[in-house]
Amino acid sequence: MTASVELARSDTESSVIGAMSCALVRDVRVALRSKSELGVQLLFYVIVVTLFPLASSPSRDVLATIGPGVLWTSALLASLLSLPRLFASDFHDGTLEQIALSPRPLPALMSGKIAAHWVTTGLPVVMMAPLLGAQYALDGDALGTLGVSLLIGTPILSLLGAVGAALTLGARGGGSLLALLVLPLYVPVLIFGAGAVDAVRAGVSASAHLSLLGAGLLMALVAVPFAVSAAVRIALD
Amino acid sequence: MSEFFAMGGYAWYVWMSYGAVAVALAAEIAHVRSRRRRALEELRLSAAPLLSASVAQARSAR
Amino acid sequence: MLINWYRFSSPVSFYPLAGSWSYLFGILAALLAGAGLFVALVAAPTDATQGDAYRIIYIHVPAAWMAMFIYLVMAGWSAFALGFNTRLSAMMAQALAPTGAMMAALALWTGAFWGRPTWGAYWAWDARMTSTLILLFLYLGIIALRHAIEDPRRADRACALLALVGAVNVPIIYFSVQWWNTLHQGSSISLTVAPKMALTMLLGILVMTAAAWCYTIAVTLARVQSIIVERERGAEWLDSLIHLEAAR
Repeated sequence: MTASVELARSDTESSVIGAMSCALVRDVRVALRSKSELGVQLLFYVIVVTLFPLASSPSRDVLATIGPGVLWTSALLASLLSLPRLFASDFHDGTLEQIALSPRPLPALMSGKIAAHWVTTGLPVVMMAPLLGAQYALDGDALGTLGVSLLIGTPILSLLGAVGAALTLGARGGGSLLALLVLPLYVPVLIFGAGAVDAVRAGVSASAHLSLLGAGLLMALVAVPFAVSAAVRIALD
Repeated sequence: MSEFFAMGGYAWYVWMSYGAVAVALAAEIAHVRSRRRRALEELRLSAAPLLSASVAQARSAR
Repeated sequence: MLINWYRFSSPVSFYPLAGSWSYLFGILAALLAGAGLFVALVAAPTDATQGDAYRIIYIHVPAAWMAMFIYLVMAGWSAFALGFNTRLSAMMAQALAPTGAMMAALALWTGAFWGRPTWGAYWAWDARMTSTLILLFLYLGIIALRHAIEDPRRADRACALLALVGAVNVPIIYFSVQWWNTLHQGSSISLTVAPKMALTMLLGILVMTAAAWCYTIAVTLARVQSIIVERERGAEWLDSLIHLEAAR
């Protein structure tokens, strides 16, 4: 039965998913070769989150109030830090040009690349955040919502960040320019993500926030790979 | 007249606002004009040999 | 009398058009501004609740509107630049960005000075002002990207894409900031709410907005002339331009 299903699938359809998984597997494999780099990025997240209580006050009330915002903003910054890695090495050794010349659909390949970026940078943050949230005196419900909101939100950060990373390829200004371009686009994700946790802390349902985040993720999944492909082609000209 | 400048006691706020707008517009206009002048100047300099050649040509044609 | 507008899509034919229109719109802007300022500072009656401080509205509202409109127009030119791959469309987008950023900055500044006497604080994180601040960041990002990329044609396309991505996001950002604001302020009233409009007040704001539009067109067309000269260096038609300019 599976054989006939395989045959029934059109050629383009299988090549889209094939392209995505191909790019995903390749990029994850490349990223895992420098595990220390991934570890360092996660450590950056932990350190930044640790700084805020030192800068303000360790009182549980203050921490619980600023907790969602700090944990989310630090996730944004960690994402920004890891974005140049998405295209830089491939751009410098000419691999990106080969990828763009491939007969596989470029948006599909870009989706795979971005998915790999999320798996190696966003997903560790999602898993780490509830542990750190306990440091911020957040209770179980809030921690759960924090995890879910980051789970939905960090892929959006990877997607939007990829547009910025592609646009700034080979441009002067480096990471700061990337931050300037991408942070305004991150604002809605931050508002709904941190807002979800705040809502749960206030005893209200976070379903509206999370639904909006989910809708944002779906829109980004559909639209962003095309924007990233366009940006990569612009950078390669 | 001084009543006009006093703006009902809100002079600081009103004039800081209108003043900022005036300064910004003046600065922008000045900047655009100087940019235009500089662009044409650089154009003149880069085409100077051609210009003098064509002027000489025009003179000899008269 | 049908004008073939397409012939103006080349920098050669557009240059003189930009020059004369810039001059005309400049004069129009000055006239409208004169009339508008008269209404704003003299003719319009003092507001009962806000006193003479409300007069800031006559420059704050036009600046805020222009910041939004210019971004939309810039996004429109960016769409042309990417869709038709025309140099001039990208140059128009390049020329609009600085004026748009300035309008956003002025909206923020005048908003702060209006907020202090009326609502007690220079900055209160209300939805409209916060969205305008993010709009300013978007403008600055486009300008920064333009300066960061060496090749002008590549910069054209990159900035055009960024402008379009930003344009799609502006409504989303505005909506999310408004959401955030209502949750934390408890009301959906923007802090920079205008006083009840007498007809004179409304006319004053409209005249000032028209003046701002004409000013923007005049400055943008003058700026695009400079951009054309800077970028088209080496083109033959520029040599004849020098003769014209030298003759003046």
